[in-house]
Amino acid sequence: MVQPIVDPTSPDSRSLDTAPLLEFDRVGLEYPFEGSMRRIIEEVTLSIRPSEFVSFVGPSGCGKTSILRMVSGLSPAPIGQIRYRGQKINKPLKNVGIAFQNPVLLPWRNTLNNVMLPLEIVQPYKRTFNQQKEQYIRMAQDLLSTVRLQDFQKQYPWQLSGGMRQRASLCRALIHQPEILLLDEPFGALDAFTREEMWTMLQALWMRVKCVGILITHDLREAVFLSDKVYVMSPRPSSIIYTETIDLPRPRTLEMELSDEFNHYFSNIRRHIHHN
Amino acid sequence: MKSFNLEKFFASKSAAFVLPFIATVLLFAIWELAVILLKIPPFNLPAPTNIFQSMVTFAPQILANSLRTLWTTMLGFALAVLVGVILGFMIGYSRVAYLTMYPLLVAFNTIPKAAIVPLLAIWFGANAIPATITAFLLAFFPIAVNVALGLDTVEPEMKDVLRSLGATQVETFQKVGWPHTLPYIFASLKIAASFAFIGTVISESVASNAGLGYLIVQATADFNVPLAFAALIVLAIMGVILYGFFVFLEKKVIYWAR
Ligand SMILES: Nc1ncnc2c1ncn2[C@@H]1O[C@H](COP(=O)(O)OP(=O)(O)O)[C@@H](O)[C@H]1O
Ligand SMILES: [Mg+2]
Repeated sequence: MVQPIVDPTSPDSRSLDTAPLLEFDRVGLEYPFEGSMRRIIEEVTLSIRPSEFVSFVGPSGCGKTSILRMVSGLSPAPIGQIRYRGQKINKPLKNVGIAFQNPVLLPWRNTLNNVMLPLEIVQPYKRTFNQQKEQYIRMAQDLLSTVRLQDFQKQYPWQLSGGMRQRASLCRALIHQPEILLLDEPFGALDAFTREEMWTMLQALWMRVKCVGILITHDLREAVFLSDKVYVMSPRPSSIIYTETIDLPRPRTLEMELSDEFNHYFSNIRRHIHHN
Repeated sequence: MKSFNLEKFFASKSAAFVLPFIATVLLFAIWELAVILLKIPPFNLPAPTNIFQSMVTFAPQILANSLRTLWTTMLGFALAVLVGVILGFMIGYSRVAYLTMYPLLVAFNTIPKAAIVPLLAIWFGANAIPATITAFLLAFFPIAVNVALGLDTVEPEMKDVLRSLGATQVETFQKVGWPHTLPYIFASLKIAASFAFIGTVISESVASNAGLGYLIVQATADFNVPLAFAALIVLAIMGVILYGFFVFLEKKVIYWAR
């Protein structure tokens, strides 16, 4: 059976579920360095509820990208464990969507076909891909119009701007209705104007799918704008030194950025970022 | 009168044909003049007119030997594409295959192929087989290396995307590995085609009973230098045609690459 794209107004089984979807249990990380082991992550313990959007901010090299790799199961946690629905993650999870700073679209596919790639690979879509192709195309077109790419379906990646490619990449990360969306500095390469535009579009996409979102970013405003919770990490060997819960109503708008509330959250987080 | 825009012409498609043509004609003109003015004897360097005359006179021999060289080369080249692509994918996908075979391939590629031809002639006789094998030996290496290189340059982020979707090895190959490698394959085919011709001619000039390489050796032995040059020119033309064919095919197949 194919699930339709989740309607944000209808009750959704995923959001009714209050048990944590992901649990970090004393997660640590070390890598061999000059003959001995160098501790990257000291200890991280936290849990993420279904359809919660969280951000990790922290200095370069403190292990943020590594956290995403551990959650996705691409490189499972070597110390402690991360549990997904109570199960220890020790191999790649099947139902995640990923986007990186580099949008890595396939140059031989147009925008529409790039977005549809996961449906050709992930079950149950793969099984019915040929029979239900029309419906899948409409799903992709739906997502593309959410990020205002409806007129660029037939364009190839080299015909798109950096921001447009990144939007297509986000659609690809979400088309198969993942339970977890992993974003590693997705807007790091974009200019300030494009970036803010991307926030609203990412929010719109995420509110349609209502999955867990985990965002790595250097941009504290971005973290506040998009997240329910912002985790601040210390320099290596890192741990979570501060957690800010963002209670701004959704959908958030760019005007909110000017509000006292927004700036209050921002400065709370800013105060905990160390420079060395 | 219509004004002629030079910039526009350089950017046009026809410039890609007209300019090399002009360059060739110019080269032949200078060559002809040099031979006449410096009074170079034909058995040192025949004039282009002399060469073309010879081409007409010996047309049947040139044609027969060209066909022989052509099919020998094409056969060796086809084998090289097949083996090169398979080998390239093995090296590219399997670390074990890479570690065991790559040094061997590099070592083998360093051996001058002309040194192998006499051996091939002992094993197979002075016929088309050594030529085919030499063409193959010269051509498969750049193909294999480029295919492996192509696989190696798939972005790590793309690999992560596929792994996180639970793509199988076959799917990864189908959806990303193969198309990503196509531009590298085409780049190598153009080089490998020239290498195959070189291989065939080397072999034909050492141990064969026909072919352009054989013809060149025979002609020079008879001091028929114009005929040798005629054969060389035919060889160059075949090389250019094959190269052009792959450029054409490349534009059709990987129109998306830029
Ligand atoms: N495969 C690896 N081998 C050795 N060291 C690694 C490896 N991956 C990451 N590291 C080290 O771990 C640290 C954290 O990396 P990363 O998670 O990419 O940090 P961040 O994304 O926060 O900048 C870095 O110092 C990096 O050098
Ligand atoms: Mg990083």
